[in-house]
Amino acid sequence: MAETRLMTINMGPQHPATHGVLRIVLELDGEVIVRSTPHLGHLHRGMEKLAESKTYHQAIPLTDRLDYTNAMGNNLAYVLAVEKLLGIEVPKRAQYIRVMMAELQRIAAHLIWLGTHALDIGAMTPLLYTFREREEILRIFEEVAGGRLTPTYLRIGGVSKDLPEGIEEKIKAFVQAFPGHLNEYETLLTKNVIWLKRTKGIGIISAEDAISFGVTGPTLRGFGVKYDVRKAFPYSSYDEFDFEIPTGSVGDVYDRYIVRLREMEWSNSIVRQAMEKLPKGPVLAGDPRITLPPKDDVLTDIASLIRQFKIVSEGFQPPKGEVYASVEASKGELGFYIVSDGSNHPFRFRIRTPSFANLGALSKMIEGALIADVISVIGSIDIVLGEVDR
Amino acid sequence: MTEINLTVKKLKEKFSNSILEATTFRGEVTVSVAKGEIFEICKFLHSDSDLHYRLLTDLCGLDFFPHTPRFGLVYLLYSMKSNQRLRVKTRVEEMESLPSVESIWKAANWYERETYDLFGITFDNHPDLRRIMLWDGFEGHPLRKDYPVEGPDFDKPFVPEV
Repeated sequence: MAETRLMTINMGPQHPATHGVLRIVLELDGEVIVRSTPHLGHLHRGMEKLAESKTYHQAIPLTDRLDYTNAMGNNLAYVLAVEKLLGIEVPKRAQYIRVMMAELQRIAAHLIWLGTHALDIGAMTPLLYTFREREEILRIFEEVAGGRLTPTYLRIGGVSKDLPEGIEEKIKAFVQAFPGHLNEYETLLTKNVIWLKRTKGIGIISAEDAISFGVTGPTLRGFGVKYDVRKAFPYSSYDEFDFEIPTGSVGDVYDRYIVRLREMEWSNSIVRQAMEKLPKGPVLAGDPRITLPPKDDVLTDIASLIRQFKIVSEGFQPPKGEVYASVEASKGELGFYIVSDGSNHPFRFRIRTPSFANLGALSKMIEGALIADVISVIGSIDIVLGEVDR
Repeated sequence: MTEINLTVKKLKEKFSNSILEATTFRGEVTVSVAKGEIFEICKFLHSDSDLHYRLLTDLCGLDFFPHTPRFGLVYLLYSMKSNQRLRVKTRVEEMESLPSVESIWKAANWYERETYDLFGITFDNHPDLRRIMLWDGFEGHPLRKDYPVEGPDFDKPFVPEV
């Protein structure tokens, strides 16, 4: 018998199906993967180091650039951590607006995932549909925050400005139409034989292994584990909304697909509930040491001008201590661990990103699979390299 | 709250010499432990049937330069059973190493690689302790406090060696 020799193939960092700049070295026996080694860091920007030299306000734009498909969620995780450190209360209206934006962003992020994941596997049509709906969400963000991909809308203590006139009709129209669009995607994929063959029974590991790898988010829920930060540690008034956590059963690529589709449905429902229950009131906590004064006051009142200048240039000094606050981002649990030494910039700014931990399980998931399955597994754990590498 | 008290109580019973301090700040419980028994403590937290801290949410380093012991290591654990978080902290000197907890939580593999890469803290019995974010030939550990934010060669013109 001839000896078996393994073949080494380098996948990425410019491979379109690695969703960014991930490089995986695959060792193959024929077409079967024996071993795989992911190489990260092509997008490492040293965000944790960078944030240590910035004031707490200045670090908000950095967070947009972590998982650039889920900027609102990233903002939310960061401001929650700082608010926890400061111990300040956010007005109800701001909390509801945050929930609304975070859920719209989750839908947008899942739409990107659905489009690109289907495209990787060979179905091109869903991409054109999902980006159509995502565009509507981005238009809403543009009106609300002024930015589309990196809105930097949230502030420590609330949001940067109240919702603009007439935006409610637009959000309502989107919420109304979206279930129909979801149906449209489902007719293309859910019972499509090629889709089923490419996704059923692929990328399975045991739920214990998944927990051990620190997998969170829809990927973990695909295994049937009911862990969602929104339910486990409700933040920003999530306990006042009525929603369920969809879970899968075996944890293959198909289960993750179903979980994310159902999640979009629930997100849509949360946005609707937030619209209906949206309370009136201020959108920024009125703590003069921390929050910026209204722009009109800055232009007419010297005290406000001084306050604005001091907060922008010096920031504020939170008490000594350390906090961890996390949110359920579109990829999983996104947490910020901030250590304060009492100065105006963080002593340690640690970002616990879901993609990093989820990607750690990739090698195990694709062991013994075919090379074509690597594509569908990478797509199904939904990584964004901006978040993996930070 | 009761569950965390249970955790702290159990830890104090079992590792009375190693538990240095248990504090609560903003509702988060932090347990500072001595470096010597860190592996046993982690193992206990993971496998004790009442505690069941099965999810290693995060593991990261801290640099207290110029204080000694220089580095800190933070384990953030989550128990699905009791829906509680626990932060375990320890301190380590610059040239010392820590036991790897990779055999307890697989997630620690990459987290420890990252801590090694960015802080230069080494871990014993780690299966694959390589740099993860930076390339292999990189010099220095950027998250150390004595590493400049702009990089060490910021003011030198870049001339590649041929």
